Amino acid sequence: MAIEILMPALSPTMEEGTLAKWLVAEGDKVSSGDILAEIETDKATMEFEAVDEGVIGKLLIAEGTANVAVNSAIAVLLDEGESLSDAASPAQTAAPAASAAAQTPAAPTSASAQAPVAVQVVEHDVPAGTSFKSLTVREAIREAMSEEMRSDETVYLMGEEVAEYQGAYKISQGMLDEFGSKRVIDTPITEHGFAGIAVGAAFGGLKPVVEFMTFNFAMQAMDHIINSAAKTLYMSGGQMGAPMVFRGPNGAAARVGAQHSQDYAAWYAHIPGLKVVMPYSADDAKGLLKSAIRDPNPVIFLENEILYGQSFQVPDLPDYTVPLGKARIWREGNDITLVSFGIGMKYALEAADQLAEMGVSAEVIDLRCLRPLDTATVVNSVKKTNRCVTIEEGFPVCSIGSHISSVLMQEAFDYLDAPVITCTGKDVPMPYAANLEKLALVTTDEVMTAAKSVLYR
Amino acid sequence: MAAKKTSKTNVSKDDLLHYYREMLLIRRFEEKAGQLYGMGLIGGFCHLYIGQEAVVVGLEAAAEEGDKRVTSYRDHGHMLACGMEANGVMAELTGRSGGYSKGKGGSMHMFSKEKHFYGGHGIVGAQVPIGAGLAFADKYLGNGRVTFAYFGDGAANQGQVYETFNMAALWDLPVVFVIENNQYAMGTSQQRSTSSAEIYERGRAFGIPGEAIDGMDVLAVKAAGETAVAHCRSGKGPYILEIKTYRYRGHSMSDPAKYRTREEVQKIREEKDAIEHVRDLLLTSKHCSEEDLKAIDKDIKAVVNESAEFAKQSPEPALDELWTDIYAQAEA
Ligand SMILES: Cc1ncc(C[n+]2csc(CCOP(=O)(O)OP(=O)(O)O)c2C)c(N)n1
Ligand SMILES: [Mg+2]
Repeated sequence: MAIEILMPALSPTMEEGTLAKWLVAEGDKVSSGDILAEIETDKATMEFEAVDEGVIGKLLIAEGTANVAVNSAIAVLLDEGESLSDAASPAQTAAPAASAAAQTPAAPTSASAQAPVAVQVVEHDVPAGTSFKSLTVREAIREAMSEEMRSDETVYLMGEEVAEYQGAYKISQGMLDEFGSKRVIDTPITEHGFAGIAVGAAFGGLKPVVEFMTFNFAMQAMDHIINSAAKTLYMSGGQMGAPMVFRGPNGAAARVGAQHSQDYAAWYAHIPGLKVVMPYSADDAKGLLKSAIRDPNPVIFLENEILYGQSFQVPDLPDYTVPLGKARIWREGNDITLVSFGIGMKYALEAADQLAEMGVSAEVIDLRCLRPLDTATVVNSVKKTNRCVTIEEGFPVCSIGSHISSVLMQEAFDYLDAPVITCTGKDVPMPYAANLEKLALVTTDEVMTAAKSVLYR
Repeated sequence: MAAKKTSKTNVSKDDLLHYYREMLLIRRFEEKAGQLYGMGLIGGFCHLYIGQEAVVVGLEAAAEEGDKRVTSYRDHGHMLACGMEANGVMAELTGRSGGYSKGKGGSMHMFSKEKHFYGGHGIVGAQVPIGAGLAFADKYLGNGRVTFAYFGDGAANQGQVYETFNMAALWDLPVVFVIENNQYAMGTSQQRSTSSAEIYERGRAFGIPGEAIDGMDVLAVKAAGETAVAHCRSGKGPYILEIKTYRYRGHSMSDPAKYRTREEVQKIREEKDAIEHVRDLLLTSKHCSEEDLKAIDKDIKAVVNESAEFAKQSPEPALDELWTDIYAQAEA
């Protein structure tokens, strides 16, 4: 019986891919384990193996075709002796998928009669005439590291799979070629050990950039990050410290379960002696990482796997930096302040669009840096809007939002017209099941509910 | 793979057939899991055990009822081999209520109290002290049980492994440390990550005996497992088995596979495959005919297909499951 071979999902986040190359031809006999094709995702090119045995009856997608949706038919496999016409012709569902970039904001849900307000997008603070280029967050992080390594011999990168494998998430792709194995270093799976070695190297005059494959594994290294890196300057009376960056993806990816899906923003933000950065966009990722590498302190740089592939406009300047400790206002508004950072910004911006449709002008603040925390920007905004909702992916207890809300109570109490509401991930370990995972994460709908509540609407 | 090999033995037909079935079940199950992943029915990480089947099947043959096991995220084979149901494992892979963790754990996190399977751990190396802790409890309770703590060649570099070796030796804990050396940790070969060529020799520093075994030979694995278990059960403390094996598939589903050649994989598959080895033994000893083996293959395919069907039909967990199992309730 003919079987349709479907475009496989080859990673947790893949929705479509390029059928780079066919390694079989029509009429070829294949058995389980034979390589059928090479498929390219945004992360890597992978070989796709046959599961069933049979004869390739027809190749439905030409090699080189981009944007082939996961689960669309790419070939027909026949039993030996069977011909294509014997087989009921399988439906040709295989047209390239429409680009997944359909990022239209959800339709407004409110029946509010108020006229929509225009969204006040804040422009980049760069010299007039600066041109921009589109970069993914992944490329932006790579550019930041590479530029700093070009200009400072003491900067080096170490971590698991950063060199020969080109990075588990392809952040360091090509860097081994450019900088060599002295400066782009593969480590064994020994986070506690190599974090400690990097701290020692920082004491000894280098500026290590330590990549954790994900921050979940940095818990193994927590002692060195906090006891060795963060506290030494103080303990040595200012004689020596650890100028270094610990970076890697943080927070939930997709369906990777409780031990691989945690947002550590609040954990690190708790520690004096550390600086903590958590960018949302590619331009901020680049500018902040360059500043972090130059900073004379240990900096925790929290990235996000889901954002790696997203593109943003980045100023095309030879040395674009963003100072640590300054929040960024993405939208100006008068009615409510939405405060977020990292991937939470996605929900904050979507909610701001929906609020605009309802006639509510929202100010959207991206904290970008959690320590030092730019509370002044938040307080000033709330003095204008009198309402605040915070949005983050982490757990609710002792969250960044709860800290912001305490600052507002202390510094803007008389300006608040409603209690601050903190939107967070749920107070549970991350479940694997798709339906439960969705519930565990913060959503735009939850932000809207909170916003309406503080607006008394 | 310069490891001890035993092949010609007076192993019974029933035993050989049992190993054959068990290994084939794991392989077919994993192939199906890979297929369901490609269809989007399984998400996240999914680490297949294809190629390594003889390790768990050999060691389970050396275990007694009540012995315990704990491993990493590459755990489907261990679960099937210790008697957990294919249906429940597959339904956990699809995140459904019929799964061993009600869909809340996923591929990397399954457990069975009944079968003494203590997980399914996602943090490389973490299961090693946990395994020694299980053995600590057994020794404390004096129940004569032995624990198998499985970990990879990559995990063998984690500091906690050596902290555990020290305590396990110091306290004579009945734990078999099983290093499943499949030669790679993700894209890093053992030579690029590990200072010693023979990992089991590191036990010597702690006074723990050990040996290297050909992990593509289920009979050799079983024999070594029996030695190790007897050592542990007699109160002499821990034992290390470094089992040289090979993973045919990528590390997880998204693996660009540029760190080894296609030929390397193909060569081991063709020359060393553990299932083919037992198949040959069954055929050359005239225990079975090709037809007999085909019938077994068919049975196993049916079990696996049923598990896939179960895993598709089983409902998603109820939404209020999000809030359960966070705290245990004190017994009234
Ligand atoms: C502490 C920690 N660091 C990194 C990882 C990411 N990671 C998962 S599996 C793996 C490779 C482990 O290789 P090995 O121990 O040889 O086991 P195998 O996968 O070969 O079975 C890595 C680096 C992790 N899960 N935990
Ligand atoms: Mg390995």
